[in-house]
Amino acid sequence: MPKMNMVQALNMALRQEMEKDDRVILLGEDIGVDGGVFRVTDGLLDKFGPQRVLDTPLAESTIAGCSIGMAVYGLRPVCEMQFSGFSYYAFHQMEAHASRIRSRSRGRYGVPMVLRAPYGGGVRALEHHSESREVYWAHTPGLKMVIPSTPRLARALLVSAIRDPDPVIFYEPKAIYRAFREEVPEEEETFPIGKSRVAREGGNITLISYGASLMPTLEAASELSEKDGVECEVIDLLSLSPLDDKLFVESVKKTGRAVVVHEAHATYGAGAEIIARIVEKALLYLEAPVRRTTGFDVVIPLYQREQDYLPGVARIKRAVLETLAF
Amino acid sequence: MPIQEIDLPHRITYLSILDREGQVDEALDPRLSEELLLKLYRAMVLARRFDERMLILQRQGKIGTFAPVKGQEAQIGAAAALEPNDWITPSFRETPVEMWRGKPMENILLYFSGYNEGGDMPEGLNLLPVSVPVGSQMSHAVGIAFGLRYRGQKSVAATFFGDGATSQGDFHEAMNFASVYQLPVVFICQNNHWAISLPRSRQTNSATLAQKAIAYDMQGIQVDGNDILAVYSAVKEAAERGRAGGGPTLIEMVTYRLSMHTTADDPKKYRSEQEVAEWESRDPITRFEKYLTQRGMLDEQKIRSITQEIKAEISLAEQRWEEIAAKRIDPLDMFEHAYAEITPTLHDQREMLRKELEEKK
Ligand SMILES: Cc1ncc(C[n+]2csc(CCOP(=O)(O)OP(=O)(O)O)c2C)c(N)n1
Ligand SMILES: [Mg+2]
Repeated sequence: MPKMNMVQALNMALRQEMEKDDRVILLGEDIGVDGGVFRVTDGLLDKFGPQRVLDTPLAESTIAGCSIGMAVYGLRPVCEMQFSGFSYYAFHQMEAHASRIRSRSRGRYGVPMVLRAPYGGGVRALEHHSESREVYWAHTPGLKMVIPSTPRLARALLVSAIRDPDPVIFYEPKAIYRAFREEVPEEEETFPIGKSRVAREGGNITLISYGASLMPTLEAASELSEKDGVECEVIDLLSLSPLDDKLFVESVKKTGRAVVVHEAHATYGAGAEIIARIVEKALLYLEAPVRRTTGFDVVIPLYQREQDYLPGVARIKRAVLETLAF
Repeated sequence: MPIQEIDLPHRITYLSILDREGQVDEALDPRLSEELLLKLYRAMVLARRFDERMLILQRQGKIGTFAPVKGQEAQIGAAAALEPNDWITPSFRETPVEMWRGKPMENILLYFSGYNEGGDMPEGLNLLPVSVPVGSQMSHAVGIAFGLRYRGQKSVAATFFGDGATSQGDFHEAMNFASVYQLPVVFICQNNHWAISLPRSRQTNSATLAQKAIAYDMQGIQVDGNDILAVYSAVKEAAERGRAGGGPTLIEMVTYRLSMHTTADDPKKYRSEQEVAEWESRDPITRFEKYLTQRGMLDEQKIRSITQEIKAEISLAEQRWEEIAAKRIDPLDMFEHAYAEITPTLHDQREMLRKELEEKK
């Protein structure tokens, strides 16, 4: 199996789906000639031509709105927001229409589109290039919201997103884009939307995370195992909406303790929903309050202070040890 | 008559005053004082040298990603045509305008080296911070212009943006507002021919960007954006019209981005060296230098002494930048300006970080 980074794996998913299905159309800023500013769509314009890979004018609202129209008509658009921080011009279209056309038309029309966007910090970027605001989408009924954490999962999840009958917001953790390589099979592989996975098994405490935060979470888990003899079970959510609460609730029932890790802001963040589900479904199994290790409730600072904002290995370990000591 | 032509009140003209060889059109010459001409020249050279220096610092890893402005220094003519009480809402490619207005170079360096302190602004500049989301700052100028008129000020608000920004709905909405309320706004589009990899010709199917003014019944003009005298004259006229209650104007500056989009970009992927070379021959600084030399205001010696002064000015700014950067790295600063007054939750979060930092020591 070839080893790939996440950018290459996403590129493969797009290429293979475009080969299999002529309804798949890509649109976005700089995705054609330039191959996307992160090169996720590199080479696809040459291969599929300008009817299927559209270098659009600079207008996120219409990139989204046009995708909605294409999807309603029967195509399978995959649009790119250059950075999630610039997707808010598109938010209105996604909230007002992509998420509602199915229910508004009582099932007559669906919006099978994917909106891809790189998100997250840790890459020493300018303002608006480092935020993690996934809950804006996950909070919107009618939208699905997924975030992969490894190259192989990114590929499988993107294929599933393209084939999904409903609009899927697909956040790509740019801190992981080129962070490591993984074997990705050339043969078709999908991963169901709405399912989480166990990224590491353990019996003492459950760590729940997703996307870019999974890396420091796993690192903390392995340090805790080596240095402190603590065995963490790490759950990789993958889908924020629909949320698979079975897997983490079962894990918490086993361990009795949990910490949620994400770089998005704490208040009303994914952690709040996850902890609510734990409280609803596993309260009597808990042996300690469930903790959140997250970004602070401030605009993510410019890069000199970025690492103090992001939930890193040290902050995660401390939360785990305090939860265990409770 | 069932079919008849509708006469629209506006047409689009193109203005150029200083040609590539530095020859001035006498009839159109705005006849600026020698002092101002030299000041403009010096500001252009400073902007160019500072840009080059930032590129070196970026390549050395001392600053992060930034948007070079090489080739677009005639924008200084726009800033110079405005009065200090006029407001400016820039995008991210107006570093020369910001410098003209009085934003210290050390703050620019701080910002691009990842210190939020780069956002510190001297009082009274009437200049908003850089706006990164393309097309989002024009409507702010509309609101400021409303405020100026509401308070009886004879000032205008100028907003800068790129060719790409004209594709955003926000651009059209801001133009429409400004025209409906007849507000003193000067819309200044730096058409540098590229929006990252998308050429101007594929950004819009319109022949000019200036003609978009016609849709809103406002004045529109296209100027040679590498001709600082033309830029100055057009902005001056637009600002005077605004001050006199004549409403908004759209100015398209036809210029060219000679460098990369940002330091993270590789223009070789999408444009030819020939095109760049062709635009290099229209360099805004070269032609202005020729003009001033022909007028006897510059010679080699004078140019050399200006160059040296500028070099010293830049290294002084770098020194100040390094001193400030060395002092200011209190991570708790991220909580400082979230709200006018810190909230209880943020207070707790700040204490948590403070404890964490103390333990790290
Ligand atoms: C809303 C939004 N979408 C995308 C981007 C990413 N981006 C930054 S600059 C740019 C191109 C801007 O082109 P133009 O308006 O011509 O200005 P220029 O960069 O040429 O000065 C893009 C797509 C952004 N900053 N904001
Ligand atoms: Mg441009």
